[in-house]
Amino acid sequence: MRLAVIGAGAVGSAVVELASDHGHSVTAFADSSSAVIDSAGIDTAAVLDRKRTDGIVGSDAPEDALSAEYDVLVEATPTTLGDAEPGFSHVQAALERDRHAVLANKGPVAERYADVRSLEHESEGSVLFEATVGGAMPILSTIDDFDPSHITAVRGVLNGTANFILSRMATEGLDYEHVLAEAQDLGVAEADPTFDVDGTDAALKGVIIANVLSDDETEYTLDDAEVEGIQEISGSALELARADGRTVRLIAEVVEGSVRVGPRLVPDNAPLAVSGTRNIAQLETEHAGQLNISGRGAGGPETASAVLADIGRL
Amino acid sequence: MSDSTDEVRSYTVRLELVDEPGELLRALEPIANNGGNLLSIFHERGNVTPRGHIPVEVDLEATPERFDGIVDALRDAGINVIQAGAEQYSEALTIILTGHLVNTDLSDTLSRIHESTDATVTDLSLSAPGGTDDASSARIRLATEEGAVDEAMRSIRTVADEKGLHVIEPLAAGGDA
Repeated sequence: MRLAVIGAGAVGSAVVELASDHGHSVTAFADSSSAVIDSAGIDTAAVLDRKRTDGIVGSDAPEDALSAEYDVLVEATPTTLGDAEPGFSHVQAALERDRHAVLANKGPVAERYADVRSLEHESEGSVLFEATVGGAMPILSTIDDFDPSHITAVRGVLNGTANFILSRMATEGLDYEHVLAEAQDLGVAEADPTFDVDGTDAALKGVIIANVLSDDETEYTLDDAEVEGIQEISGSALELARADGRTVRLIAEVVEGSVRVGPRLVPDNAPLAVSGTRNIAQLETEHAGQLNISGRGAGGPETASAVLADIGRL
Repeated sequence: MSDSTDEVRSYTVRLELVDEPGELLRALEPIANNGGNLLSIFHERGNVTPRGHIPVEVDLEATPERFDGIVDALRDAGINVIQAGAEQYSEALTIILTGHLVNTDLSDTLSRIHESTDATVTDLSLSAPGGTDDASSARIRLATEEGAVDEAMRSIRTVADEKGLHVIEPLAAGGDA
């Protein structure tokens, strides 16, 4: 397949780097200010080098990447809320040209799911977005394999930063601010960790799952989610939980059309009590009990692996 | 249709009494006054619940209809009915409340949870490392009737919202993690 990769952050760059390994070529690659286009396939190593040293990927205009020759558009720009732009327009451009779109950007499928689906309906192209939920973990494709109608609930730890903070607080007996600063030093938390710690990121993933599970065309957006973050969790609360054989995790829950994200008490030894930056999704299936999928929920190569898995499914 | 509601059956009622003179008599009156036939009373004097109450087990006979009246009358009299017949407080629920628990009157918080949910607080642990004027945390174990957990959680959220407290909920029913 020929790929046009829009977005040159950790995920977009990793897709470009790993594409040939999966038998694909990259014919266009754009960041926010530049693009490189070559219908014969770009020199990925040289381009990634240029991105690292000069901060740009090429000398073409970024919008030219959208009209380049490609089979699959990979949308890997940062997630935006509300109108989900410019990601949404990128997906639209691909579908209107009857090309496939594979998303790592949560915005379009969390905030404008119905719009995306109706564009897909009019197009020869398909939309896949495994990478938007749980990084490398095959959550959406597993739901698809079982058929959404056979999944009654999904619960999970879907934000590694929040989970790292909670598990460090619990094991070290440290307070929130202290562990957050440590997480930022380690690069686990971003300079502005708001979306991770206030539950927004996990909620977007929950909303995407709810959209996939929805069997009556009901569309969900972030506004439909009930969200509480971990900023108010104190060391003393975690201590009380531990004295009772429990711990606290930021859990996203999608059950019967409701999306809730918040700190929850879970038994210490429960599968959901993963530690560090690890993620887990627990699927409640109609005929096969619980199914746990655990793994790395973020990171460039991890998320790129999910993107490349989607491309393989097309 | 069989007229089974007239059939006299035996029931066991478990009560929690405040340790004060006259409490036992006050608890037995609603039973006698509502057509219940007392069979036995087991007064566990030495056994005190975490809240300092004394558990009492009463065996009695009554028709199902009268029995319902007896339980209502006991509750109207302010007597804590822990178990009545088959209706047992059987689901345990553990939550953690955080925030200014002491300044917002913890005992009022607990009694409001109790009143609005029919849930009984069976255990309470408080941790206030920064002193009682600072934010603190409490782990609360509640017993609710079977199937009433969701309703109890809704009431707890309402009380916590009003007082600016945060609730760390257990996973929803069905989610055994």
